[in-house]
Amino acid sequence: MELIINGEALTLSAPLSVAALLDSRNLTGKRVAVERNGEIVPKSRHAETLLTTGDHIEIVVAVGGG
Amino acid sequence: MNQALNQISTTVAAPVVADPLVIAGRAYGSRLLVGTGKYKDFSQTRAAIDASGAEIVTVAIRRTNIGQEPGQPSLLDVLPPDQFTILPNTAGCFTADDAVRTLRLARELLEGHALVKLEVLGDSLTLFPNMPETLKAADILVKDGFSVMVYCADDPIQARMLEDIGCVAIMPLASLIGSGMGILNPWNLQLIIDQAKVPVLVDAGVGTASDAAIAMELGCDGVLMNTAIAAAQDPVRMAGAMKKAVEAGREAWLAGRMPKKFYSAVPSSPSGGLIGAK
Repeated sequence: MELIINGEALTLSAPLSVAALLDSRNLTGKRVAVERNGEIVPKSRHAETLLTTGDHIEIVVAVGGG
Repeated sequence: MNQALNQISTTVAAPVVADPLVIAGRAYGSRLLVGTGKYKDFSQTRAAIDASGAEIVTVAIRRTNIGQEPGQPSLLDVLPPDQFTILPNTAGCFTADDAVRTLRLARELLEGHALVKLEVLGDSLTLFPNMPETLKAADILVKDGFSVMVYCADDPIQARMLEDIGCVAIMPLASLIGSGMGILNPWNLQLIIDQAKVPVLVDAGVGTASDAAIAMELGCDGVLMNTAIAAAQDPVRMAGAMKKAVEAGREAWLAGRMPKKFYSAVPSSPSGGLIGAK
């Protein structure tokens, strides 16, 4: 399936949960937040939320800023 | 005020301070808020923040780096949310929609944390706020349960609109973000301070310690800065200077300065008893 992750077009194989996507990026247990098609995916639903083709995913972290 | 203080002492575990800055019902001992950007490394970030005495620190929200080194420390490891009040910002957002999305992500990231700094920029050259978009975003965020501290133009009418929407702190610029030009329009700041019923903080433009002291002497409730510390030759030392400046300015404001008197010089020493007097 085709996904846009943090603005980058990627082809990944289904089924893929948000939790599995984070794990593949070594982000499990890190302080990150995930948005799918403009809506927050709460941490409690990362495991059950399956991605589908065309999804726009944003994964963010806190960085230095003023 | 007594009622407010009673409420604080019963609901906040933090130590009781003589002259607290109260934002969204929580009392803070420091009136200096600092950003975490532009430092050499995390070690310098932490040392400067410790020297500043700040309890509220701003962070930005950005996409994770693809291929980031696992195990690399993150900012929130250096500044743990149980030690600091983390204030996520919307720096870099040019629309209300982007700002709202960014802060919803921040709330998820910080496990339900409601206190945020809203800034919607209008122009990448000046980073001047886009006030129509700022007002729109503030309205959405307040209705969504956020406690919104808002970066804004030094326009008393729009400051009042933001307060009416329900923002918990009004944060006008003193001069452009990152410019270090200091307090360019103290008269407008004074108008905003005089009318506001929520804390007013100068956000942006402070360049050195005297600028922070002037902001506090005008009656600001606090000052938020980043570049003035991070871009100093010795950021940690400047952080300490800013702490003292904010405290000195606050004390001076509480003390009430002497009136300015042009053409009426009165000596501080006795005029009589001079040697050689006839």
